[in-house]
Amino acid sequence: MANIDILIHKCIGCKQCLKACPFGAIKMEKKKAVILDNCTLCGSCVSACRFQAINFVKDEVIAKDLSAFKGIWIFAQQKNGKVSEVVFELLGEAIKLAEKLKTDVSAVILGESLKDATKKLIAYGADKVYKIENKELKDFNDEIYADILRQLINEYKPEIVLFGATTFGRSLAPRIASKLNTGLTADCTILEIDEEKKLLLQTRPAFGGNLMATIICPNHRPQMATVRPKVMKAIEPNFNRTGHIISPKVNLRTALKVKVLDIVDIMKSEIAIEEADIIVAAGRGIGNIKNIRLIEEFAREIGGAVAASRAVIDAGWLEYPHQVGQTGKTVAPKIYFALGISGAIQHLAGMSSSDVIVAVNNDPEAPIFKIARYGIVGDLTEVLPELIRTFREKMKKTVV
Amino acid sequence: MNIIVCVKQVPGSNDVKMDKVTNTIIREGIEAIINPFDVYAVEEALKIKDNFGGKITAISMGIPKVVDTLKEVLDLGVNSGVLLSDRAFAGADSLATAYTLSKGINKIGKYDLIICGKQATDGDTAQVGPSLAEKLGIPHTTNVSNIEEVGADFIICNRSTDEGYEVIKIFLPAVITVVKDINVPRLPSIRTLKSAKNAEIFIWNLRDINADKNYTGLKGSPTQVVKTFIPQYDTGTEIFEGTNEEKCNKLALRLLDMKTLFSI
Repeated sequence: MANIDILIHKCIGCKQCLKACPFGAIKMEKKKAVILDNCTLCGSCVSACRFQAINFVKDEVIAKDLSAFKGIWIFAQQKNGKVSEVVFELLGEAIKLAEKLKTDVSAVILGESLKDATKKLIAYGADKVYKIENKELKDFNDEIYADILRQLINEYKPEIVLFGATTFGRSLAPRIASKLNTGLTADCTILEIDEEKKLLLQTRPAFGGNLMATIICPNHRPQMATVRPKVMKAIEPNFNRTGHIISPKVNLRTALKVKVLDIVDIMKSEIAIEEADIIVAAGRGIGNIKNIRLIEEFAREIGGAVAASRAVIDAGWLEYPHQVGQTGKTVAPKIYFALGISGAIQHLAGMSSSDVIVAVNNDPEAPIFKIARYGIVGDLTEVLPELIRTFREKMKKTVV
Repeated sequence: MNIIVCVKQVPGSNDVKMDKVTNTIIREGIEAIINPFDVYAVEEALKIKDNFGGKITAISMGIPKVVDTLKEVLDLGVNSGVLLSDRAFAGADSLATAYTLSKGINKIGKYDLIICGKQATDGDTAQVGPSLAEKLGIPHTTNVSNIEEVGADFIICNRSTDEGYEVIKIFLPAVITVVKDINVPRLPSIRTLKSAKNAEIFIWNLRDINADKNYTGLKGSPTQVVKTFIPQYDTGTEIFEGTNEEKCNKLALRLLDMKTLFSI
């Protein structure tokens, strides 16, 4: 069994391991490090120790022949035939990864009527599209989707399978990984290839974004990950590109145990916040429910989606699907307006990977200013009407 | 209806602070708490029990100290607790955790519904619920924000999606994961505190649950952490000065430079 020990004679009590441990599982006793029983064997301390005083014995793993697994697959989530934006981002990223692995990129799409979607997937970089069309597949359903993807993965053996870290992706991917007994990394923000070992390096935030962890899946295939929307970049589509379209035969499971009875869209703004390029987020500093209208007006003006911090949702000023943060959604738009949001760590966890953060807050010491690119210190109720006015004018000019 | 609730002990995340000198997370003196999302899972189970009767078992995997977390939920009215604890469980990723929990749940025996929090606040993977359902061979749905109907062999619930919600009918036994929107958790009452005194917590190891150590802990985890690092936020914040109008003008100038964005 795997084990970790401090080699007492080598430990000089420098506490570097203590600082490196993300789980607080090391304490000092008589000036020597001691590993506590809440250690998760993550190995962070081993690389931090400059005196080779930590003996980490991993179990022998018999290397399996994984060479039969080839190619990168992207799960192409769609709704009513329209492919989610995150799929194009994943295709863009997959092209780069495939180049390093000298392999090809495939999209897998399930749905009812997928002709246009298929063309688009090829235009955005898919070399192959595996397409299953059936009216039973019209709406996303974990049970039937997972069953079909398992069949396809077993048949075609991709080495990497990527999903958007959407509500559906994060429900479907673990179900499939569990079926296949393979590894899955959640909500990645960086993907790279270890060119020597040909492994996918999957980096993701943990502890509410305070720590980044790079994760590998060395002995199981496929290597699976869900990837945070808006982080990867799609390529310019080329509709002259050609690709293979494959319609595999699969068994459609019947007598389903999960049925979607109804689908209700309630996002106030047209755009789902995970998909938005611009997000206008309201915090406690908005003062009262009436000012939500101003937030909505500003969002409309600049083509953004409306979001909020937990305080605003708890007050009942906006509905839960708008909540950004650790107990809400994780977003990464190009511009994030944090309006009257102080920037508690739980909120930052949901938006800190945004490209540009704009903060408006009356407290110049608010933590949000630490991660913001641009800041305005002032009373939001006074600044916001001015913002609306300014952007309304400037945008008009820009369009002309 | 017999319900199993999965709970996890996590570091109290409110206290996560950065040591500015060493750029590391200060974890000293951080208390262990029940994963905040699991509180809603427990509450939902209690609500169903209040209305339809039955028994609730809370299950967790972790170090012996996790008994404290189980005691906490017994105080709320959960009937019994199970802690899966063994050195062979250490270092588990979401797959190995799901496997271990499934073995523990099989030992508990008959159940109708398994409720998990949407995700744990330390790892944020949200993977154990769906993975567990697969290991048990039963259906699942995630992000449940409301249970509308509890039938004899099904529930109808709302599942939060990226655009709104779906109404889902799921046949039992099943796994659901819940969001914090679903309820307002209760506090312990004198009655529940009293009955908690007689509630049992079982501690089971690898052999008790008949688990294969090739599938538990670090050994049973296909994923491995190879590196951890502190993300750098060096944005060089630009704070605009002047009247509100001037501040907004300066901001607009900077942002409108990002032309492609505003190509409306």
